[in-house]
Amino acid sequence: MSLFETTALDAAGIQSGPVADAAQTRANIMQATQDAEDAVIAPLYTGAFSHDLRAALAARIAQAGGVPELAARYLARAGDMAALGDPAQTGEAQGLAHIVAFADKAANATRDIAASDISDLQAAGLGDADIVRLCELVAFTAYQLRVVAGLKLMKGAAA
Amino acid sequence: MSRVVHKFTRSVPTWQPRVTPVNLATATPEQLSALSVTPSNTKVSDYVLTLAHDVESLKVRSPLFNAIMYDAGGMSRAERELGAIGASMVNRCIYCAAVHADRHAKLEKDTAVTDELFTKGEKADLSPRNRAIFDFARKLSEAPVAATPEDMATLKDAGLTEEEILDLILSTALFGWANRLMHVLGDPVREEVSA
Repeated sequence: MSLFETTALDAAGIQSGPVADAAQTRANIMQATQDAEDAVIAPLYTGAFSHDLRAALAARIAQAGGVPELAARYLARAGDMAALGDPAQTGEAQGLAHIVAFADKAANATRDIAASDISDLQAAGLGDADIVRLCELVAFTAYQLRVVAGLKLMKGAAA
Repeated sequence: MSRVVHKFTRSVPTWQPRVTPVNLATATPEQLSALSVTPSNTKVSDYVLTLAHDVESLKVRSPLFNAIMYDAGGMSRAERELGAIGASMVNRCIYCAAVHADRHAKLEKDTAVTDELFTKGEKADLSPRNRAIFDFARKLSEAPVAATPEDMATLKDAGLTEEEILDLILSTALFGWANRLMHVLGDPVREEVSA
C-alpha cells in the first residue's frame, strides 16, 4: 500500500501539496498507523469480536467523533453488523447492548469511565482478554479519527 | 493500603490494573515475544502485561508510540509532550498526565508550564505558542472533535510549521489512544504511609 492509500491520508483526502509533503516526512508513522488498523480491525485472534463487529464499532466511534469520511470506510467493511455503525442504535437487537454502551462511553466520555464499568463487563461474562481487545479497538479508533480530523484541518488551511 | 489518585500531579503514581494481567509463567510464545522477555530481561510492567492480552495490538503499538514521541525532526519533544498533556487532561488520565508532565518539566528544566496547567487548567497563563498548542490539543481531544479552522490558523500565527503541526496532531491523537487504555483499564494509586 502506498503512503497516500493508507486509511488516514485517504480519508482526509491528502494527495499532494504542503500537507502531503509533511506526511512524507512521517511516512513511517503513517505506515505504522495502517499496521495498527490491521491488528485492531482485522486481527488473526478475534476473541469475542468478529471483523464485522469491529468495523461496525469503529464506524460508530468515527461517526460520533465527527469524522464521517472515516466512518464510511469502516461501515463498508461491517457486513451484517453495519446497523451498529449508526450511533443511534443501542445494540439491543444484536444482544450487544452492554458492549455498545461500554464502547460509546470509553470513546466519547472517557473521563467518566470508572472501575464499575469494567466490573460490569466482567459480570456480563466478558473475559479479561476480550475486555483488553475491546479497549484497544476503541482506543485505536479514537486515535485514528483524530489523525484524520487534524489532517482535514491542515488541508483546509493549506487550500 | 493504597488510595486512588484523583488530582493532576507530576508525581507519578502506581498503575493498578482493573483486569488480571497476563501471567509470565503461563504466557504464550507470542506473548513472550511481544513482551521482549528473555532470560536476562524478565521485568515487565503490569500495564504491558495487561496489554499482552491482545498481542497483535501490543506488537504494533510500541514502535508507533516511540516514532510519534521521539523521532528526530519536526516538533520539539517538549511540545509533543504538551500535546500528550492536553489529551490526558481532557480524558482525565491522571497517570498519563503525571508521566508526561514530569517529562515536560525535565525536558524544559522548568516546572512553570505544568504547574500553571495543573493549577488553572484551561485558564493557565501560557506563552502564545504554548497557548495555541495546548488549546489545539485540548479541542482535538474532545469527543466529538472540537478543533476548528480558527484553531489551526492560530497555530500558524504562532509560527508552527506544517511538520510541527502534523507532529502535534499525532502526539495528541496518540494520547487519545493511550488514555483509553490507561484510564479505562486501571487506577492510578499511591501507597498510604502508615503512621
